[in-house]
This record gives sequence, structure tokens and C-alpha cells, in this order.
Amino acid sequence: MSEVTMNVWRGDSNGGNFEQYKLERVEGEVVLDVVHRIQATLAPDLACRWNCKAGKCGSCSAEIDGKPSLMCMTRMDTLPNDTITITPMKTFPIIKDLVTDVSFNYVMARQIPPFTPGDPEPDGTYRMQQVDIDRAQEFHKCIECFLCQDVCHVIRDHEVNKLYYAGPRFFVRLASLEMHPLDTVDRRALMREYLGLGFCNITKCCTEVCPEHIKITDNAIIPLKERVVDASYDPIAWLGRKIRRKSKTTAEEAYELAPARVAPTSLDGIPATAVEN
Amino acid sequence: MTIAQEQGTIPQVVPVEIGRPRGGPKEKRTLRTDRWWISPAVTATVLTSFVAYATFAAFQGKDYYVGAKMHRDLISPFYSPCIAESCQRVAGSHPLGIWASFWNFSPALLILIVPLGFRLTCYYYRKAYYRSFWQSPPACGVADGHRSYTGETRFPLILHNVHRYFLYLALLFNVVLTMDAVLAFNFPGQGIGFSVGTLVLCVNAALLWIYSVSCHACRHICGGQINEFSKHKIRYRLWKMITPLNARHMQLAWVSLVFVALSDLYVRLVASGIIHDYKIF
Repeated sequence: MSEVTMNVWRGDSNGGNFEQYKLERVEGEVVLDVVHRIQATLAPDLACRWNCKAGKCGSCSAEIDGKPSLMCMTRMDTLPNDTITITPMKTFPIIKDLVTDVSFNYVMARQIPPFTPGDPEPDGTYRMQQVDIDRAQEFHKCIECFLCQDVCHVIRDHEVNKLYYAGPRFFVRLASLEMHPLDTVDRRALMREYLGLGFCNITKCCTEVCPEHIKITDNAIIPLKERVVDASYDPIAWLGRKIRRKSKTTAEEAYELAPARVAPTSLDGIPATAVEN
Repeated sequence: MTIAQEQGTIPQVVPVEIGRPRGGPKEKRTLRTDRWWISPAVTATVLTSFVAYATFAAFQGKDYYVGAKMHRDLISPFYSPCIAESCQRVAGSHPLGIWASFWNFSPALLILIVPLGFRLTCYYYRKAYYRSFWQSPPACGVADGHRSYTGETRFPLILHNVHRYFLYLALLFNVVLTMDAVLAFNFPGQGIGFSVGTLVLCVNAALLWIYSVSCHACRHICGGQINEFSKHKIRYRLWKMITPLNARHMQLAWVSLVFVALSDLYVRLVASGIIHDYKIF
């Protein structure tokens, strides 16, 4: 039976370092199984968040050999090295060991105006065609593991952008709302001015790490960027609105419908150093 | 009215906390152990090679047209539509004529603005050069090569939003390149035929059409901007046709890029007499 060395980050907000645990390899295990064996045999105080162990709860997000992954969905036999490094998600503040504080995501979730349908049919119900809602089904697969948020360099490497960048998970949420046939809120200006859609430079890391294989960039972010172009950068679309006397919703109007808001906008141009200080 | 409105809880300022300690080693750029650098290195190599070849070809200003002397009507895609004054040597061969009479430099330098703009603002190429040249980031989970970052929110990168206008122009260029491919069936003095050169121009035009149509902006304009597909059946059908092509946009971007350079090279070699354009029938 061969051995594996698990290089696990141990620590909290006061600092930390790697600790090595040597274990026997057991056929068929995933990384989370090995972490549980470390807890059971070598380090009972090792903190790790988990729940379903089936890739559906999104709790056991971590970085395995530097790649944001779900520990429960990463088979040990797919990792080529005999030493495996596990660290907590880098983008979020550490609580203890492999557990991070992901509350940034809950703050951002509250910046989004919720689903707002128009008037119902005369019989008091809402109706829509299957073909109209098919596209948004993909977005509903999101398990909120926040791996896409973790890998996104906009906030991973430039933390100050957390002030005005919602992140890929919430662009998926916004896409599901914007494309919904019954929704009536226009969030395009809000996405441009407050939620930082323009920060995304579509390098597709969010799509690469998504355990649900949602095509985040191609099917959510880029379509949203194109909708923002319709609203803010396309002179022909602007002319069309003028001729048809249609007005677009301003960012402020949309933001009024959100459960909460953060103060600065992505267009404020606050120098990064000034905010960080 | 939303629940939040009913409860009178909006607007409410919620703080975002930054600067709290994060886990993992701070000094390392990445903990990845695989060869993550291969992909950006290959991308940088191929793109640099293409740019070097295209610059060489564009500044040549000659050997881009195989005319009646060789019983052919082949023009390099780098030089089509040949609308510049300096292009008069092929006047009469192309129905568009000369209307950039002010331009006396190599015609390619004027023409390549459109395909260059289209590819530079393309959503796939943005990923490719942000990763490989700008290192922002070079690969997933590898630290960004810059201290600050504003993405595409400011000049000049905000200009990427003009992508759809380059798409419109690129589609017009595709029409011209298709005309070139049709004209390549004409063998002056010999009638209608089919040669390797004809095949090259036909494949090139087809690849450029598929690449252009698979573009994300095209997908959006054809149907992506609609929320109720059931009320726009034709646009929905278009969107359904483009969506699988769009999923292969990266592959189409590379194949069409390499082939357009090969097409120019082929025409250049024939025009300069290095190789003979073999007539198949």
C-alpha cells in the first residue's frame, strides 16, 4: 500500500503554516475522505466545512494543489503527486484551517433587485412557455460553492475591488433574472455602475472551476455584457430607444429595489490605495 | 412590491469588509503543481508568430495577386477588398473598385484594420491575450501580474464594447472574400475551372464566415437579447443555430486565424513564381 503526504494549511486570522500528515492511500477515496481520516486519526482539531459529500451542497470548497475545487469531488487517484497541498479559499478571510468567511457573497447577494414579475393574467396566474425559461435552467444548477468567486482574479488578487464587484456567481444570478420572461426590472445600468460587470475580463477561470459545469462566461457574463452594450454603448440601440420613446432604467432606480446596497460605485474611481488604507 | 420594500428595509448600506487576514502562504504566486504555463506560452507563441507574419505580409505591398498572366484570379485575403489607390494593378478584377484614393501605402495596412479590430475585441481573443501577454491572470489560481486592476471599465479597454460594430464590418469583408473565392473559379483565357488556389480561397472564406457567425455579439444580436423566445420564432431559431457554433468559438478563432495566414502565404508563393497553382480540373 503506497503512502500519500497531505500538506494542509493550519492556522487562523493570527497566521498559520503547512502541516504534513502521512497516510496510506485507500482506493476510491476523494480528498474529503482523507481530510476526515486526518481528523479521525492525526488531528482532531482540523477545521473543515462539509455537508453532503456529493457535490451538491457547495460546502467543502478549498484549493487542492493550488486549484479551487470541491474536496468531495476530487478523487485522490486523479492527483498525480504523492504530496498534495490543501489550502483554504484564498479570496475570503480565514476563520480556521480550511474554513473561510464567505459573508462577502451574502453582502453581494443583497445588492441584486429580486425577481419582480409584472401584472398576472386575468385569472391571477402567471404563464410562460418552456422555451422561454429553458435558457435560465442552467443557471439554477448553481450550488453556491463560491469557487468561481474564489478563482476570479478581480477580487482574488485585488481585494479592493470587492467594494464594487459582485463576482461571477452573482452575474449568473443576474443573468437568470435578466433573461426571465416574466421579470420586469432592468438591471443593466446597475450592473455597469454598481456591480462591476466591466471589471470582468472574461478569462473564463470561473467556468473552468465550476463543479456544475455552468458555462458562466459564455452563457451568463458575456450575454450580460452585450446587454449592457445595448443599454450604454450602442448608438444604434440608443437611437432606437429615442424613436420608440423607450427609456432605460437608471442604476439608482434599479438599486432602489435591492434589499441592501454598498456605498461606492465602480465608476467612482476611488484610488485602490486610499480604500485599502 | 418586494418583501424588502414592504418591510421598509431599503435602501440600507451594507459594508463590504476588506483587508482581513486570508489563509495560505502569502509569498507564493501559485501552489499549482501542473504545467499551467504551457497554455499561455503556446498562445503567446502562435499569436506572436501570426502578428510577425501578418506585419511582414502587410508591408510587402506586392505578390498578393495572381492575375491573367498566369491564367488565374487569386488575391490574398490580407489585401481584399483591394480598395486603395496603390491597388490599381488589380483594378477591373474586382467589382468593388478603388475608393480609398488617398492611400498610397500597402493596401493591406488599410484593410487589416477591420479584421484586426474584430479579433482584438473578440471575447475569445481577449481571454487569450489577457492571459498570455498581459498576465491578468496567466492561468487560473496563478497571481495576477499587476498591482492594480480596473478591467474593462476605463479607456482604452472600455473600447472593447465596440465589438459588434467590428462584427458588422467583418461580415461585409466576408462578403468580399466570398466574391474573391467565386472569382477564383475564373481562369482568364481558359474558362471556368478549379485549382488548389480556388480551394484555398473557398475554405478561407467559409472558415471566416463560421468564425464571424459564431461570435458572441452575433449570438446576442440574433436572439440572445430576447427574453421571450416563444414570441420571436425566427430569431430563436437563429440563436439555436448559432449557440453550438458559439461553443466552438475558440477552435474556430484559431483555425480561421491560421488558415487566413496560410491563404496569404499560398497566394504569395504562387504570385512570386515559387510554386505553381495546380489546376485540379
